[in-house]
Amino acid sequence: MRMIWAAAAAAFAVNAQAANELKIGYLSTLSGPAGAIGVEVRDGFNLAVKMAGNKLGGLPTEVIFADDTLNPEMGKQLAERLLKRDRVNLMTGVIFSNVMLAAWPTIQEGKVFYIAPNSTPTRITGEGCNPYFVSASWPNEGHHEAAGHYAKSKGYKSMYLIAPNYPAGKDATTGFKRGFGGTISAEVYTKLNQLDYSAELAQIRAAKPAALYAFLPGGMGINFIKQFVAGGLSAEVPLVVPGFAADQDIIRAVGEPMLGIFDTSHWAYDLDNDANRKFVAAFEKEYKRIPSLFAEQGYTTALLIDAAVRSAKGRIEDVPAFHKALMAAPGRMKSPRGDFKMAHNGTPVQDYYLRVVAKDSQGRLVNKKIGTVVSGLGDFWAKDCKMK
Amino acid sequence: MKKIVILAIVACAFPLAMHALDQGFYISFATRVLIYAMAAASLNLVLGYGGMVSFGHAAFFGAGAYIVGILTFEGVTSAWITWPAAVAVAALAALVIGALSLRTRGVYFIMITLAFAQMMYYIFVSMKAYGGDDGLSLPRRSSLGFGVDLRNDFAWYYVVLFLLMIILYLLHRLVHSRFGRVIEAIRENETRAAAIGYPVYRYRLACFVISGAIAGLAGALIANQTSYVSPAILHWVQSGTLMIMVILGGVGRFWGGPVGAAVLLTLEEVFSGSKLLGPYALHWQLPVGAILLAVVLFAPRGIAGAFAKRPQ
Amino acid sequence: MSGILFLEQSLNSLQFGLMLFLLAAGLTLVFGIMDMINLAHGSLYMIGAYLMAELVTQTGSFWVALPLALVATALVGAALEVSLLRTLYERDHLTQVLATFAIILIANEAVRMIWGPQSIMLNAPAGLTGPVQLPGGMQYASYRLAIIGVGVLVALVLYFLVTKTRVGMLVRAGASNREMAVAMGVNIRRLFTAVFALGAALCALAGALLGPILAVQVGMGENILILAFVVIVIGGIGSIRGAFVGSLLVGLVDTMGRALLPIAFAKMFPPQVASNLGPALSSIMIYVLMAAVLFLRPQGLFPARG
Repeated sequence: MRMIWAAAAAAFAVNAQAANELKIGYLSTLSGPAGAIGVEVRDGFNLAVKMAGNKLGGLPTEVIFADDTLNPEMGKQLAERLLKRDRVNLMTGVIFSNVMLAAWPTIQEGKVFYIAPNSTPTRITGEGCNPYFVSASWPNEGHHEAAGHYAKSKGYKSMYLIAPNYPAGKDATTGFKRGFGGTISAEVYTKLNQLDYSAELAQIRAAKPAALYAFLPGGMGINFIKQFVAGGLSAEVPLVVPGFAADQDIIRAVGEPMLGIFDTSHWAYDLDNDANRKFVAAFEKEYKRIPSLFAEQGYTTALLIDAAVRSAKGRIEDVPAFHKALMAAPGRMKSPRGDFKMAHNGTPVQDYYLRVVAKDSQGRLVNKKIGTVVSGLGDFWAKDCKMK
Repeated sequence: MKKIVILAIVACAFPLAMHALDQGFYISFATRVLIYAMAAASLNLVLGYGGMVSFGHAAFFGAGAYIVGILTFEGVTSAWITWPAAVAVAALAALVIGALSLRTRGVYFIMITLAFAQMMYYIFVSMKAYGGDDGLSLPRRSSLGFGVDLRNDFAWYYVVLFLLMIILYLLHRLVHSRFGRVIEAIRENETRAAAIGYPVYRYRLACFVISGAIAGLAGALIANQTSYVSPAILHWVQSGTLMIMVILGGVGRFWGGPVGAAVLLTLEEVFSGSKLLGPYALHWQLPVGAILLAVVLFAPRGIAGAFAKRPQ
Repeated sequence: MSGILFLEQSLNSLQFGLMLFLLAAGLTLVFGIMDMINLAHGSLYMIGAYLMAELVTQTGSFWVALPLALVATALVGAALEVSLLRTLYERDHLTQVLATFAIILIANEAVRMIWGPQSIMLNAPAGLTGPVQLPGGMQYASYRLAIIGVGVLVALVLYFLVTKTRVGMLVRAGASNREMAVAMGVNIRRLFTAVFALGAALCALAGALLGPILAVQVGMGENILILAFVVIVIGGIGSIRGAFVGSLLVGLVDTMGRALLPIAFAKMFPPQVASNLGPALSSIMIYVLMAAVLFLRPQGLFPARG
């Protein structure tokens, strides 16, 4: 009897009809200190969907949210439920790389495309690359490599590195080291979601480093910077951070002590293009707050899906066709970050800017663009990807 | 006896029914319930029958899971090697932990089993080579040979069901044997049992080890179920969850473990995934907690106890 | 290790240990006097932190909100005791464990429903957000120093309360031998409620003080709860002095483990492994310490039971 079911299923698959609606499984971290990032991305994503009249690529779109609470096992289970019970035909949303790597085998088995709005681990984009994975954000090492370039340009004699002990943390230090190219005085990894940095800060004080590079996103960044300032280290040690550790979610929490911090990012609040102005205005109107780079990522992810589904005429189950559409999508849309291309391993190739936390004309704390650190930076590990 | 036959028939027919209704997801869910039923049944042995409140049971469950995880990661995929290895390691851990813990009593026993479980948790966290905190994805499910592909949801369900039935049968024989009676006697009145001449410590330790071994097997199965292991499986909150299953189902009642596991996991699934509840579905832990509290306070014999004809 | 590093890590471990003491003190009293395992103690810590954050937002002042938060949480604790926990005193430990575990679930969800799933903001009071200059030229966060001060003060007050006042004597009598205390005419019900409310207030103090350093989030109680249990087992159930010594000991092992071991391991292992091994090992050491105490001196270092 099972044979008959299998044959029927096969016959159905061969028919590969165009989907008549988009059911997007949105697996993300929406609670706890790290949840603020997930909320930002989600808000950006939802805004784009709303502005497209709840129809991405012309298809009625339903988004089903699931909260992994930064628990890889939960992420895996929820992915399975979204794929098998809710029968989603597209997936997106994962913020943290440990959840991403745990859920990825399940998503692969589900044979739906996953569009990354944030985490883009090198383990999936390098040797392990796969047509089902396309990123709308950045390669994990991108911001850090750019920051490394910036640190080099500042002429720091050596750098002290600190990052959380999980795949993206390792990607961060690897990327930074490549961009910086100089001496690394120390490499310290903290526990993911650690909140009290007294031990690490004491070590930093004793080490008297030339400069410090800290990748601590979300709630971790809030606590680290608060404690960094409270302990008097902000006056002693120059701090360089990637955009993740210096954007609106942290600025809102920490406030004035953030003024003057330099960071690297693929997007800035005051980028001079129409799409960005439209995005910022719409976001501030809808949510009554200034968008962060995370919000832009969510927004661009939805735009990417929209452009790709449209050009593939809804045939998201046709793997080669939809993959091609996703690869070409950046050229068919106007993202707030400006123009960017898609490398053959599914990661964005784009410019990275230097920003500084300053007050805008209304006296609000924002991240202003000062200049471009590196243009057209792609994923270093794309070289290992053997896809077409 | 008739009830068991009906239960077995329902259990065997379940995946076929789900497939016919195009609800294949629930086959995987049911397999998870079966695995936790085994784990809870193993805890019921020490907790319900033996009267030993072990707050570290997740350690054996997790150890079994990790043995399978590590071996599969290193390329040893045959279930005939990895599953017995998981059972053996879990039993060994139970022997060591039991030997040390059973020298204490009451709340100290609870605390020391907790301590050992947490130690094991941190040991696995420290193993960065096998993922540490991030966990370890298994490249594939164990291979059973005989042309059975465990990646197939159907085959996997029936294998787990088969193992569960064997374990439950063995447990049934055990608790109704002389060993079982002695363990219960020790639980009721330790001094008297010792006075009669039973080596209390040895009986307890044997019970503890058997329970740990079964938990190890359940762990091996859960590793295959999710194709993923992480230290969270050994955390004390997981031990607490297993205890809740046993209490919910009925401590010391034979079906307490399986019933509790089925009820708790089903409640979790119903509440958290429910479209009816809408955004309130995110707060599923509230009704679960309330139900648990109610059971603990008002129905101490659990659900299985409520359905039993004779008072136990 | 340099002198400055040693001094700073010592202060850190003192700060951590004293906050742990606030939690352990309440827990040990409840356990010692009422013979109840209360897993929901961590939930009171969480509720205290959330109430504090809310009150700071409402009143605009850290120092006004603090006593209010303590009183509010004490009331919550008292209400919980009178309504629910009272029925658990006569039950066995397993029942207590499960009922209070259920309360954890309910409390977590209730907080999540009221305040949402993301963590909420609680900042140090203005004036304590920067560093102070310590003798020797080192700078240290003034807020942490303030916490140490409060912790020491509370410890002294508790010590005075328990050893020098009549109420304290009743508490000690109850911890030592409950039946005898009842027989001697102590109004045990009111004493229990009072002890529970005091424990809740101490939890709230720890939650309110640690909120700016950590994060006010759902489930924040579970992590620290287990450490509190370890502390009271090491120190001796029912003994404030034991809770104090135990907390400092655990705080020392934990902080030194997070600080010293990674430095030592960095010489032998790659950074990712070394950074992971240190904290894991120090955590294991805390449990080894507890297991050793349970084995060799099961009543703890300063047993209260006569």
